Amino acid sequence: MRYLPLTDTDRSAMLSEIGVSSVDDLFVDVPLAARFDGTFDLPDHMAEFAVEGRMARMAGRNTTTGDVPSFLGAGVYRHHIPASVDHLIQRGEFLTSYTPYQPEITQGTLQAVYEFQTMVALITGMDVANASMYDGATSCAEAVLMARRITRRNRALISGNVHPHYSSVSETQAKYVDIDIEVCPPDLGGTEDLTSKVDDETACVVVQNPDVFGHVRDLSPLAAICHEKGALLIVVVTEAVSLGALQSPGEMGADIVVAEGQSIGNPQGFGGPHVGLFATRDKYVRQMPGRLCGETVDADGKRGWVLTLSTREQHIRREKATSNICTNAGLCALAFTIHLSLLGEDGFRDLAMLNHAHASRLVDRLGTIDGVEVLSEAFFNEVALRLSKPADDVVNQLADHNVLAGVPAARLFGAGKGLDDILLVATSELTTTEDMDALVSGLSEVLA
Amino acid sequence: MADRKYTEDHEWVEVDGENGVIGISDYAQEQLGDVVFVELPSVGKVLDQRDEAAVVESVKAAAEVYTPVSGEVIEVNEELNNDPSLVNTDAFGEGWFAKLKLTDPTELEDLMDEGAYKTFLAGLS
Repeated sequence: MRYLPLTDTDRSAMLSEIGVSSVDDLFVDVPLAARFDGTFDLPDHMAEFAVEGRMARMAGRNTTTGDVPSFLGAGVYRHHIPASVDHLIQRGEFLTSYTPYQPEITQGTLQAVYEFQTMVALITGMDVANASMYDGATSCAEAVLMARRITRRNRALISGNVHPHYSSVSETQAKYVDIDIEVCPPDLGGTEDLTSKVDDETACVVVQNPDVFGHVRDLSPLAAICHEKGALLIVVVTEAVSLGALQSPGEMGADIVVAEGQSIGNPQGFGGPHVGLFATRDKYVRQMPGRLCGETVDADGKRGWVLTLSTREQHIRREKATSNICTNAGLCALAFTIHLSLLGEDGFRDLAMLNHAHASRLVDRLGTIDGVEVLSEAFFNEVALRLSKPADDVVNQLADHNVLAGVPAARLFGAGKGLDDILLVATSELTTTEDMDALVSGLSEVLA
Repeated sequence: MADRKYTEDHEWVEVDGENGVIGISDYAQEQLGDVVFVELPSVGKVLDQRDEAAVVESVKAAAEVYTPVSGEVIEVNEELNNDPSLVNTDAFGEGWFAKLKLTDPTELEDLMDEGAYKTFLAGLS
């Protein structure tokens, strides 16, 4: 085979074969506003070491969460990842095998997936979990589609306190199937009452706990109303570590639990790759999307693992599959599994309690600052603050002092929607007293 | 027995008065292998002839089951939820899928009778 770059002749032959006149014609579906219409100002070729040096200098201009006090959260959290996690996931047997496409010969991968599913089911309080989805937001969208299949209803109600990225991904998915989604307005006080909005046509109600403003709530009353009306309750969890401290969504009556698993074993990574958790009740397993690993015995009676219920999936059911997903976030799920197994049940609880303890200490101190009002009363490791100045400005000023103060709510919901003075502040087991000192003194100074 | 009619997709309908019971043939269950799940239609659903009435899953495949005749679903075989293997052990009896109230009995004329279906099967091998 020749190894030559594409020539103009090759290019025009291919274009004419598929009946378009230029490469640009292939992108007509992409809105003009989203297309780059200019030239790339890139330097000429450079030696490898020169490129490395240049990239390292560019990367050095970033302020990363590991270098300075950071209170960033809002769906992506910084937690300690033991060195053993990275070491183990980089073993060739795991690193290269990805999602099992020829499943039964990769027993080690399947066993890891099986352990992952077991852990996810345990921490969410559900019967069964799949082998993972791409991330929390895509899990959420899949849950809405699943609720439609189960209830044969096409209305979905999404709480205003669900992370806007999650509602937005769900809306995008719903646009191409017959689902009407109602996203409620955000409720800063955390007292949103959706019960009157659930009726006989509601397929599902989607709520987040702790919600995007940090409020922790008992979802049992809402679950009861949903079930009375024949709707499903979908619970979103964006901070998986919270499951170590709070009553599980399953115990509160959730029918589907979707979560972002990044917090356990995975770095923030500038937003990905992450790992979506997806768990449900036994009775709904056939409507669940994604891969599913099961335990069985082989011909000699020995314990083994298989991919099971594959007939739900795209490679067999084609367009009638439960989902387009025919894979899982294998390596991130493995990192999750290894970290959680290293923590153990007690360790996971301790980790969660430590997160909460740090948040409580910080909240006590923040409450004493003029110009700061803590809005969250019951919280886990993240709270919403109302500031006396626009949160965006405050965050920028603190960043100049090398403190990453948090995520302005307007970053998620958009500016000018009444949330411009709201700041989301997260802690973790990594938050030190010195970090808190830096935030408290920084805020006091900027808001004075 | 005499009233059982077949489609080329191996579904059958057995008519009793104005109602018809539908299922899949013994040949179909044998081709599918061990049936592990049957997704049944909901009672009250109105189906046109050839509409998807059910989905049958075996260990190796999933297949749509199309209704041989138009009608309203008045009963489904709930037993299949507990024991889907009834489709394998008794495809023409306890492995039935649903009972329909027929809306157009003339459609039966398009279907094969026992003899024609046997000839059709012989042609497949």
